[in-house]
Amino acid sequence: MVELPYLTPQYLFAITAMALLIADTIYPKSRRPDLLAAIAGIGPALVALSSAWFLAAGTGQAATVPALFEGMVVVDGMSLFFTFIFGAVTLLVVIASYDYLEGSERMAEYYSLVVLAALGMSLMASANNLAMVFISLELASLPSYGLVAYLKRDQGSVEAGLKYFLIGALSSAIMVYGISLVYGATGTLHLAGVAEAIPSLGGLDGLLGLGLVMVLGGFLFKTASVPFHFWAPEAYEGAPAPISAFISSASKAAGFAVAFRVLVWGFPLEAVAETVPWAWVLVILAIVTMTLGNFAAATQERVKRMLAYSSIGHAGYVLIGLAALAGPGDLATDSLVLGAAMMHLLVYGFMNTGAFLFVALAEHWDVGRTFEDYNGLARKAPYVSVAMTIFMFSLAGLPVGGGFLSKYVLFAGAVQAGFWWLAGIAAINSAISLFYYSRVVKALWIEDPAETLSIGETPTGMYAAVIGAAAVTVVLLFAFDPVAETAISAASLLLEGGV
Amino acid sequence: MMIEALILVTVASAVAVMFADDERAGRLAFGLSLLPLVGSLLMFLGFDGSGNALLGGEIAYETQLSWITLGDLEVGYHVGVDGIGLSLVVLTTVLMSLALLSAWTPIDERQSQFYGLMLFMEASLLGVFTALDFLAWFVAWEFVLVPMYFLIGIWGGPRRKYAAIKFFVYTNVASLVMFIGFVALVFGLPVNTFDLPTIAQSLQAGELGSLAGIAPETLKAVAFVAIFAGFAVKVPMVPFHTWLPDAHVEAPTPVSVILAGVLLKMGTYAMLRFNFTMLSDQAQAFAVPIAIFAVVSVIYGAMLALGQQDLKRIVAYSSVSSMGYVLLGLVAYNLYGLGGATFQMVAHGLISGLMFMSVGVVYNVAHTRMVGDLSGIADRMPLTATVFTAAAFGYMGLPLMAGFAGELYIFLGGMQSTALPYAPIFTALAMFGIVIVAGYLLFAMQRVLFGPFEADTDHEIVPAPVTDRIAIVALVLLVILLGTAPDLIYGMIQDAVQPILTIGGGL
Repeated sequence: MVELPYLTPQYLFAITAMALLIADTIYPKSRRPDLLAAIAGIGPALVALSSAWFLAAGTGQAATVPALFEGMVVVDGMSLFFTFIFGAVTLLVVIASYDYLEGSERMAEYYSLVVLAALGMSLMASANNLAMVFISLELASLPSYGLVAYLKRDQGSVEAGLKYFLIGALSSAIMVYGISLVYGATGTLHLAGVAEAIPSLGGLDGLLGLGLVMVLGGFLFKTASVPFHFWAPEAYEGAPAPISAFISSASKAAGFAVAFRVLVWGFPLEAVAETVPWAWVLVILAIVTMTLGNFAAATQERVKRMLAYSSIGHAGYVLIGLAALAGPGDLATDSLVLGAAMMHLLVYGFMNTGAFLFVALAEHWDVGRTFEDYNGLARKAPYVSVAMTIFMFSLAGLPVGGGFLSKYVLFAGAVQAGFWWLAGIAAINSAISLFYYSRVVKALWIEDPAETLSIGETPTGMYAAVIGAAAVTVVLLFAFDPVAETAISAASLLLEGGV
Repeated sequence: MMIEALILVTVASAVAVMFADDERAGRLAFGLSLLPLVGSLLMFLGFDGSGNALLGGEIAYETQLSWITLGDLEVGYHVGVDGIGLSLVVLTTVLMSLALLSAWTPIDERQSQFYGLMLFMEASLLGVFTALDFLAWFVAWEFVLVPMYFLIGIWGGPRRKYAAIKFFVYTNVASLVMFIGFVALVFGLPVNTFDLPTIAQSLQAGELGSLAGIAPETLKAVAFVAIFAGFAVKVPMVPFHTWLPDAHVEAPTPVSVILAGVLLKMGTYAMLRFNFTMLSDQAQAFAVPIAIFAVVSVIYGAMLALGQQDLKRIVAYSSVSSMGYVLLGLVAYNLYGLGGATFQMVAHGLISGLMFMSVGVVYNVAHTRMVGDLSGIADRMPLTATVFTAAAFGYMGLPLMAGFAGELYIFLGGMQSTALPYAPIFTALAMFGIVIVAGYLLFAMQRVLFGPFEADTDHEIVPAPVTDRIAIVALVLLVILLGTAPDLIYGMIQDAVQPILTIGGGL
């Protein structure tokens, strides 16, 4: 078998971004939108393929985890798993953006920012050093700020971008200060080094604890978890809908990827137990995040805002994956629950992206933003409405797609780790989510359309992206085994120890 | 391969019907639904299983494949039937075909979607009654909600949106409670699998350990309560019954037929499988409270029915009452009790289906369901009136009809029960329910069917279409068939129920 360089997916992202900018200088002012879209689509597709290739070939499995650049980045099962998610989500977003950007003059910038952000995310999943964590997080964030404000003649978009930027900058500042405190306490930025230094800190426990909490803040921002979630509804609402899809799926997954590695490798629970029992902190944050997200989503009148708050709710579910590590579980239990969180992020990558892309389609058709505006849409556009129904029910945890399995495996993992009450709270939230997700379904299929409802032509790219995401969501219900096995082996590898 | 074929054919039919023209969808759906019907009858004729599927019995038409591996935990695709499962599979396919036939008249918009969803629901119901792996079973269990939500929400009555969402959220919460309870139980066991027979045998062998510091006995009791509560909503047992009248009244007739005829049986079927088979010692420990709930459901359901004016509401509440009998049979926990409960599930499926269909026919013809607005139907619609009377008699437990056999077994079981303290008192109280049932049904019949003809409606009364007549007559014949020859299925039900008692320690 051909040996590919370990960072092939990341190189592919970088090459794609450069190719876009070069193509733009040859055909300026976006005279060749199809060429740009093709470049922007092929790159992420190859990323997804190459990371799947690595996973299938067993790269980065036990004992052979490659650490590159003096251990700054590692390539293991988890980083490849998440890189696959970023590749797939980016591909969907790019395909859908082709129609969304019609007539825009700055397509190359848009595409290259998306790809660069995805590069940052994939590096986040590989980062093995707090400096690298910070750099990759910024590389993912900075393009996102610009993308949120991409519709620069739209007040909402610009305001959303500004808000996202300000809170992002604040979170980064807090995080980088936290990193400096950790460095001060342990004398290293390398995750394994931090973990090694923790038992013999002397009187610097408090410093380390403060640093850890501040670093945690950065992750909570990236994953839109309480209490760093304020930006999310505004940013998702104001941003172009494909970007909302991108940020709420890929960026959230990236935030969790880096949180998983930093917390498990850098700050092992047993070592920091006396300073900051982070799993118990995350238990509380998980409860607050999912409850707040779901209750807020239930009261929204606009579909995009509802999705934004529900995305906060899902961050809460995934936090269970980290929180349940506090149980008395053995390696198998911990791998199950952490792996379940990864599985959920993968399925979420498809179903949530698909849902936002459906909203993008609705925006493209100018049908309005509230639930009422969606009334009877299924009669005009039955196929994408079926897809949206699959996304909504799958997000709510009904067995129409892979979301059912990933969610229930997550609950089951929490129960096995002894957190049955946490699973119970999540279940209550899940029931609430069924209420508001079914409002979209009700609007689409059950309500009668307003007389003025009319939709334009069917944009091929968006249709392809939405229906493709729905198809993958459904297929994942039956072919869940590869996802489950990969995620659990990646999780167990992660839990076994750092490089 | 029989069961897979059955489910796949039904799913494929559903998809085909979805893409069919509206005018042809009804006929196509009915025609295609004959395939699973014939298939299930072939399964019935060739049935060679014996014993209880979960307790080491011989499972008929079994398939077992591995599906998902979650670390150490094995999730399989495992299906098969014993006498209990097969009876309900046949009930499902029979009722579905007849319900589709009876839908031709009332369903006049978006037909292809309607019939497609009905067939999707049939497929998932077949999954519920055949799956022998917890996760596969739970997929089918939860998927039932999806078509039902649309069927009530799109084709229902004036308050359909409210009824649909209430049904949806209510039963989903119940499923989640049940899920957590059952999963906690599984993780307390040394076996790392979701395979139901393995779990059942391991539980019966007393292999339950502690989970996260919770002692086995406590874990078992908590899990039992969580699982029981989850299923009680589906049954529905008082006080978890409030979703049912709303759902029934708003649902169109064919959907009500399936809702009362098959969907409610999911609850008691699951109780029999999970609570009374796997956790039989807990079932006996909680026998008295369960019996109280059962008797309250019988009496209170019947009293509520007595106070209704809407024929459909009367039938809906009487389902609460009838399912209370099933619950009583289960908690009596002897051969007649468990067997009678299972038999009554089938019998009530047919009788309540018949009842809803005849109410549906009356409504299609007279455009009202209010007892006060109708009178003397028998003059103009003799066949419908006859069938209505037959259904009412079936409900009252008249001999030679399916309801009689079911109730008789249950009452015999109840009177003789040694597992349930004060069993004769509970049974006697429940038997009083029959008197109330007879009361409200005779009252309704007398006012609706007899007397001078007088329908307070602007519509002309025309005879019911032939499809409706075929459906109701077929059901009457089935009710009588099962009433005169209960051994058609009672034998295989007994075979499947017996091991629960011998292994679970009830005899």
